[in-house]
Amino acid sequence: MQRMIALAAAVLAAAAAPVHAAEGHAAPALDLPSMLFVFMLSTFIGVGVIRRVSRLLHTPLMSLTNAISAIAVVGAILVTGSDYPTHIRFLGAVALFASMTNIVSGFLITNRMLKMFKTRDGGDKAGRA
Amino acid sequence: MIPTLVQLAYLVATALFIFSLHWMSDPKTARSGVQAGVAGMVLAVLATWAQPEIIHHAWIVVAIVLGFVVGVPLSRVSLTAVPQRTALSHAFGGAAAGLVGTAKYYLWLAEGPENLTTFRMIAIMLEIVLGYLTFTGSLLAAGKLQELKWIPQRPVTYPGQNFVNLGLLALALALGGYVVLYPTDPLSPALFPVVSVLSLVFGVLLIIPIGGADMPTVISILNSYAGLSAVAMGFVLDNKLLITAGALDGSSGLILSIIMCRAMNRSFTNVLFGAFGQVQAQAARGEQKDYKAETVEGAAQILEQANLVVVVPGYGMAVAQAQHKVREVYDALRAKGITVKFAIHPVAGRMPGHMNVLLAEAEIPYTDLVEMDEINPDMPQCDVALVIGANDVVNPAAATDKASPIYGMPIIQADKARTIFAIKRSKNPGFAGIDNELYFGDRTWMLFGDAKAVVGELAKHLSGGSGMH
Repeated sequence: MQRMIALAAAVLAAAAAPVHAAEGHAAPALDLPSMLFVFMLSTFIGVGVIRRVSRLLHTPLMSLTNAISAIAVVGAILVTGSDYPTHIRFLGAVALFASMTNIVSGFLITNRMLKMFKTRDGGDKAGRA
Repeated sequence: MIPTLVQLAYLVATALFIFSLHWMSDPKTARSGVQAGVAGMVLAVLATWAQPEIIHHAWIVVAIVLGFVVGVPLSRVSLTAVPQRTALSHAFGGAAAGLVGTAKYYLWLAEGPENLTTFRMIAIMLEIVLGYLTFTGSLLAAGKLQELKWIPQRPVTYPGQNFVNLGLLALALALGGYVVLYPTDPLSPALFPVVSVLSLVFGVLLIIPIGGADMPTVISILNSYAGLSAVAMGFVLDNKLLITAGALDGSSGLILSIIMCRAMNRSFTNVLFGAFGQVQAQAARGEQKDYKAETVEGAAQILEQANLVVVVPGYGMAVAQAQHKVREVYDALRAKGITVKFAIHPVAGRMPGHMNVLLAEAEIPYTDLVEMDEINPDMPQCDVALVIGANDVVNPAAATDKASPIYGMPIIQADKARTIFAIKRSKNPGFAGIDNELYFGDRTWMLFGDAKAVVGELAKHLSGGSGMH
């Protein structure tokens, strides 16, 4: 647990540091090393966190990570809403639709499945062998 | 300053996503995980939308509305159909990545070729190759899981298949390499669609030779690809939120794939290129052995005498939608003071964790769903093992028969139980076409018929004879 928090802090720090890079208009200088840092650290966090996920919940886990990885919606919004040629924006809009479908159905079905996981309601225990 | 605020919002969204997955470690906290995920997603969408360069809003609104129109019905499918829905959502994820990558390449080509650095081009290529192959591969997987008539269920294999597949991939990578090195060359805008099409075709060829029993692994691998294509999009757009969320998804798919492969004692390459279906030719060996059939009444009487009953569910239970009837048997046995446990094999069903969700739907407490490794030491003390629609995951040949295609696969040791009842639809071999010695064992009795009907009868006999105990 503590190790996970330390890793999380490291990723958050790396993610927060180079804010300016994305905001330039023409050919922003790519901050390649820090992107690779973020990728590496978040993979470690991902592996650490996912390994602890209860095996009972692997199906909901998959629909939850589906919804989370539909964060591609962010890229789709940028392409669809910016002042770009129409055909480019159209590709973005299709991608936006696809991501939005994943977000909506992913979170809803995860929640629906998780609601079904219950412990034994009390009072029933006397019958045990 | 808006850019800084947006980045800070992304930072918070990242933290929320990590917590979301962290809370999945326990069924008690898992629903907070969903809330954290939703909060992170809403925050990220609003922050992105609020940026000043977003000036066209109509299409965004339309796409979001359509996303709800399609997404809400997709979230209400029956739980038997969850594997198909999952495969479909991998397809959507792959498509989104591929389309954004395509859009960005042609945009920069026209309006800012200086943006097409080698590094960005590598990211774009990875994004579209992974995105498009995930798209068609997942669509095909969803079609196989849905058992669409025009999609072959059995693995499709032909001589030189791996050679063709790898050759196609090599061609795509070679052409992609050219576009990466010379993105503004007059040839490249024409090669780009060729690489896209090759990736789409490769996705189909990759999944065609894979049969239903391998679907849990394949879905996990496609999950990983979908995540990695989001990571590549993050590199293209210089967006760390995308990189983080994609990496979380990618590592989740990776870990699930490893668990699935271990549970079948097979490697990634063996699943993807091994064409499981080929080995079934040997099924015809030996003389026809005889099953011993038992009536439902007889089975009910023996079940009533048991102290510990272990139910081993498989895909057959899902197909027959028998889980609610299973719950009735569970209730009837527990009312007689009998301990009932469910033994869950990691690859039972068509996706990771499939059986758990179905049994939870039938309101069986998750505390009675036991993993393979935990239940096996208890199997010799088990009075009755009730096998419902499971086959390969209880086949003792996995431990004893070196010639068996599933040799080495860890199984639930139902054969160690004092009595075994196996419910089976017909006398045909299972999905993998392999004979199951368990069915011919001395202590095994078969209950032939549709799983739902047989289990329903069983429940009736168990709860009907109230004074019998």
